[in-house]
Amino acid sequence: MNKTATFKGYLIPALLLAPQLAITLVFFYWPASQAVWQSFLVQDAFGTSTEFVWFENYKELFSKPDYYKALWNTLVFSTLVTSFSLSIALLLAVMADRQIRGYQVYTTLLIWPYAVAPAIAGVLWMFMFNPSLGIMAKGLRSVGYDWNPLLNGNQAMALVVMAAVWKQISYNFLFFLAGLQAIPKSVIEAATIDGARPMRRFWTIIFPLLSPTTFFLLVVNVVYVFFDTFGIIDTITGGGPSKATETLVYKVYSDGKGGADLGGSAAQSVILLFIVICLTAIQFRYIERKVTY
Amino acid sequence: MAEVSITNVRKVYPGNVEAVKGVSIDIPDGGFCVLVGPSGCGKSTLLRMVAGLETITSGECRIGGRVVNEIEPSDRDIAMVFQNYALYPHMSVYDNMAYGLRNRGTPKDEIERRVQEASKILGIESFLERRPRQLSGGQRQRVAMGRAIVRKPQVFLFDEPLSNLDAKLRVQMRVEIKKLQRALGVTSIYVTHDQVEAMTLSDKLVVMSAGRVEQMGLPNEVYRKPASRFVATFIGSPPMNIARGVVRGKGAVSIGDVVLPVADMAADLVPGAAIEVGLRPEDLIVTPNGSLTMAVDFIEELGATQLFHGMLGGAALVIQAASGLVPADSKTLNLSIDPAKVHLFDLETGMRRGL
Ligand SMILES: Nc1ncnc2c1ncn2[C@@H]1O[C@H](COP(=O)(O)OP(=O)(O)OP(=O)(O)O)[C@@H](O)[C@H]1O
Ligand SMILES: [Mg+2]
Repeated sequence: MNKTATFKGYLIPALLLAPQLAITLVFFYWPASQAVWQSFLVQDAFGTSTEFVWFENYKELFSKPDYYKALWNTLVFSTLVTSFSLSIALLLAVMADRQIRGYQVYTTLLIWPYAVAPAIAGVLWMFMFNPSLGIMAKGLRSVGYDWNPLLNGNQAMALVVMAAVWKQISYNFLFFLAGLQAIPKSVIEAATIDGARPMRRFWTIIFPLLSPTTFFLLVVNVVYVFFDTFGIIDTITGGGPSKATETLVYKVYSDGKGGADLGGSAAQSVILLFIVICLTAIQFRYIERKVTY
Repeated sequence: MAEVSITNVRKVYPGNVEAVKGVSIDIPDGGFCVLVGPSGCGKSTLLRMVAGLETITSGECRIGGRVVNEIEPSDRDIAMVFQNYALYPHMSVYDNMAYGLRNRGTPKDEIERRVQEASKILGIESFLERRPRQLSGGQRQRVAMGRAIVRKPQVFLFDEPLSNLDAKLRVQMRVEIKKLQRALGVTSIYVTHDQVEAMTLSDKLVVMSAGRVEQMGLPNEVYRKPASRFVATFIGSPPMNIARGVVRGKGAVSIGDVVLPVADMAADLVPGAAIEVGLRPEDLIVTPNGSLTMAVDFIEELGATQLFHGMLGGAALVIQAASGLVPADSKTLNLSIDPAKVHLFDLETGMRRGL
C-alpha cells in the first residue's frame, strides 16, 4: 500500500510541520546548542568574565575521580533498577495473565504508581524510610537492622533503587501484560501437549516470544534511570550521603547549581546528550525492524 | 494405538454455560471419528476435554483403557492440530517438530531420524530450516501435521485443521489426512463444521447439536437414515427438502395433492396426521413416466450437475440431476422416488418416524 500522502506545493506541508519544528527548535536545539557552547567556556565564580577554552572542561571532567564515581553510581543504579523493575514487572504480568479472579482490580492498582510524579514518589519513600520518622525504618530497626540511609551510602542507594523500581514497575507491567496477551493461547496449549512443564514453557516459548517487548522496555528503562530519576534522587537523598547516590544527571545539576561550574556542568550534559542519542539510535535500529525471533 | 471412550461427559463453563450436556462416544483403536455440528454446539469443547485443555465437569474419558480425567495433557499421549496451526513462531520447522521429542528426553539421533521421516511423508524436507512465517498456509498446515506425527502418539486430535485453507487445498489436504491416518493407524478425533469433510473422512460420524449427540454411526448410515430432521438437513449438500405433509394410510403420505409411497414408516402413524416429509434432492429421479409433477422456477448450473428449483404439491423443492439429462428450458418435470428414500419426521420433536 502506498502510505505517502501527496501535497501540491510546499506551503501546506511546511505549515503542518511548523508547530512541531518550532517546539523542537525552542525546547531542544536551542538549549542543546547553548549547552554545547557553554561547555567550551569557563566562567569565574561571579560570572563577570568568560573565557573560551575548547575542550578544557571535558579534560578536567575526566581527570576528576568525582566524575568516575558518578559514572559508576549511574551504572550500578541503572543495572539494579532495570533488572529489578523488569523482572518484578514480568513476574506480576505473568501472574495477571493467568486471569486470576479480580485481575482487573489488581491490574489497575498496579498501574497507579506510574501516575505519581517522581518527586512525590521520592518524598513518599523518603518519609517511609526516614530514620527518625519513617514507619518502615522503625520496622527495620525493630528487627535489629541498623538502618540509616542518611549516613550509609549503600542503604541510600538501596532506597533510591527501591523508589525508582516501584515507580517503573507499572509501566513495564503494562507492556509485559500486553505482550503476554498477544501470544496466541493455542501456542501455549500446543507446548503443553508437547510435554513442556510450566517453567520450561516459560523459558522456551513465552520468554522468547516476549523478547521484542523486553528489548523495547530495556531501552526505555535505561533512558528512564539515566534521566527521569532526577526527582526521586533529589527528594530522597539529594545525591548523598557524600555523593553515594549522585548519578550523572544529578551531577549536572549539583555542579551547575551548587558548584556554579557552568562549563563543567554543560560538558556533562553534552555527554549525556550523546548517550541518549546512542540509546535512541539503538532503539530505532532494532525496534523499527522489530526484534525478530 | 488406543481406543478412546467418552462416557456421559459434561462440561459446564464458569457462568453456568453448559457447553456439553452428557455425551458418550466410543472410538475403536485406529478409528477416525469426526465431530460435526453447527457453530457453538460444543465440538471443540469436547475435543479439548479429551486433550486435557479443559477440565471435565462430570463423566469419564478413557484413552487406551486408562481414565485420563485427572491426567495432564502432556501425559495423555495425544497430539493436537489446531485451526491456526499454533506453530512456535520463533523456532525453525525442524525445531517445531523436535520440540515435543526434546521435552520428553528423546535421544538426539532418534529425533533427527523421526523428524526426517515425518518431513519426508509430508513433503516438507526442503524447508526444515525456515521459520513458520516464511511458509504458505498449506505448508504451515503440513508442519502442524508433522509436529503431531513425529511424536507417534496414541491419539490425534484435530480442531478444524483445514478451515484456514482455500477450497482447492482443503480438498487436497483432506485426502492426505485420510491417507496418512490410514497408513499410521492412529485413532483420530476430528472436529469440523464442514459436512463434506465429515462425510469423507470419518468412519464414525458424530453429529452434534447444542451440546448433545444428535446421531452417530457410519457416515453412510447417518446420510441414509438420519435420526432427526436436524441431522437430515445438516448432512448432505444441497440439503434435504423438508415439506409439510399428511399421512394417507399405511405406506403413503401426501404433500398437498401429491401422494408419495413410503417404505420406512412408523406403525403408529394414523391417517390424517400431519407430518414432515424429507426428500433428498438427488433421490428424486427425473423420468418421463414419473408420477410426480414438479413446476420448475429456475435452474442452477453446477457443471457436473444441475439444480432445479420449483414447486411440488405447493411445497418448495430442489432436485439435483446430472447435467444434460434434462432440457434446460423444461417448465415441468416428471419425477419418481424410491419409497425407501422418503423420510418422515415428527412435526413437534423433529425425530425420525421410521420403522
Ligand atoms: N472458555 C469458555 N467460557 C465460557 N463459555 C465457553 C468457553 N468456551 C466455549 N464456551 C461456550 O461453549 C459453547 C461451545 O463452544 P465450542 O467452542 O465448543 O463450540 P464449537 O462447536 O467448537 O463451535 P465452532 O464451530 O464455532 O468452533 C459455546 O456456546 C461457547 O460460547
Ligand atoms: Mg470450535
